[in-house]
Amino acid sequence: MSDGSFLGAGVRRLGATAIFFGRLLAQCVPSLARPRLIVAQIYNTGARSLIIIMLSGLFVGMVLGLQGFQLLQRFGSEDFLGSAAALGLLKELGPVVTALLFAGRAGTALTSEIGLMRATDQLTAMEMMAVDPMRYVAAPRFLGGIIAMPLLTAIFGVIGLFGAQLIGVQLMGVDTGVFWSQTQSAVGLRDVTEGLVKSLVFGTACSLVAVYEGYNAEPTAAGVGLATTRTVVASSVLTLLLDYVLTAAFL
Amino acid sequence: MTDAAPAAAPAADTVIDVRDVHYEIGGRPIFTGLTLTARRGRITAIMGPSGTGKTTLLRLITAQVSATRGQVLAFGTDVATLGQQAVYELRQRMGMLFQNGALLTDLSVFENVAFPVREHTDLPEPLIRKLVLTKLQAVGLRGAAGLMPGELSGGMARRVALARAIVMDPEVLIYDEPFVGLDPISLGVIQRLIKQMNQALGITSIVVSHDVQELSAIADDSYLLSGGVVAAAGPPAQLRASDSAAVRQFMTGSADGPVPFHYPAPDYLAQLLADE
Repeated sequence: MSDGSFLGAGVRRLGATAIFFGRLLAQCVPSLARPRLIVAQIYNTGARSLIIIMLSGLFVGMVLGLQGFQLLQRFGSEDFLGSAAALGLLKELGPVVTALLFAGRAGTALTSEIGLMRATDQLTAMEMMAVDPMRYVAAPRFLGGIIAMPLLTAIFGVIGLFGAQLIGVQLMGVDTGVFWSQTQSAVGLRDVTEGLVKSLVFGTACSLVAVYEGYNAEPTAAGVGLATTRTVVASSVLTLLLDYVLTAAFL
Repeated sequence: MTDAAPAAAPAADTVIDVRDVHYEIGGRPIFTGLTLTARRGRITAIMGPSGTGKTTLLRLITAQVSATRGQVLAFGTDVATLGQQAVYELRQRMGMLFQNGALLTDLSVFENVAFPVREHTDLPEPLIRKLVLTKLQAVGLRGAAGLMPGELSGGMARRVALARAIVMDPEVLIYDEPFVGLDPISLGVIQRLIKQMNQALGITSIVVSHDVQELSAIADDSYLLSGGVVAAAGPPAQLRASDSAAVRQFMTGSADGPVPFHYPAPDYLAQLLADE
């Protein structure tokens, strides 16, 4: 490496990712002409992540119900459990935890799949057949991820709220009517928008990282493994960083 | 060698013309003035020991990388001057067979062969079906149309890849190490197919390999690469009878010769006795 400084390498990688992002966006429009490829990828990244998302949502919601109830009880305001859980899930936990799970489940699958296609010359073969792999392979996976993320986040939120209700109402004895009416009055359109925007941004970031790392993986077994690890690390850090930025922006 | 000499009289039937090409990877020179041509309707063999840049040469010809100096002309056009669109148009006139086949793993054998047709044409489905089945029949794998690439042996995968490479009727077919890792039967099949594609369809073929015997049997012209340049050129028989000891060693596969059996080392006896 000409200048092997940590910072230099980081900046180079950031620049390379930005250029890749530009090329990817340019290929997204022609890629829309092949909706079948995108639908297949939504199934691949979205539908196949459903079980883990639903299971995690349930437990996150249940923990929220338990902790929230304990805390609110101290101030005698356990009636507000519904609004606390709904807002927490909608604005923070839903988008963030879904993105982290997405990176681990779907992101790694994308990276290793594209990395293996690179390693077995499939991407080069496409180029030799005059088919741009950015259009045929990268763009549909990227778009599929962006579409899948908000859907997964919504499902996570709904199941999470059900989990909170299960603990708060069924176990701890908060009144059902109060729980739901508090929830309804506390959540506004603005909160839903915040959750939606976050999940879209996280979906873009996680899909971009996964596709980029796979596309640029070193074409060896070790290289693909390393790229997969980097996908998880980069997506997770990026998600949490962007979450802070977006939260600050929405305040 | 200079640009002027080979440029002076390019034969009329030259399809691929590599002129005084220099190329380096990471500061290490791969080619230092490489000049060779592939002529229409002939099988041109490009041989050389591992690591002489045979695959790199194919990447240069197909405009995947560009030379640091010199020119690569395909169908009379300098490939380095072409834009993305023109490169794709050029590649539609070429077919390439990769070492491991490089079949798309999520598509069946049929869909793999149909892939370029679907991407580049709007042919109706029945016609695509006929076209694909014809090409699969040519490589003897019509019966395997429904299989997935994971279910194929190495030799079969390469034959499917060959069917895919010829489905758009290219003018030039490029084979990258087509004989590596095949059993004798598959090897014979591939050898026969290369010959057949060349004779029946009149496709100009460029075969890169270090399997001298297999290649000599089918090649019309051959080039032996060594040290970044063409070390010898001519019909295979002529190379075997070469005056150069280095060329003879490669062609006959002797263990010792100008390329020594032993990696450079200190004196054997001295090193063994050094511990006493």
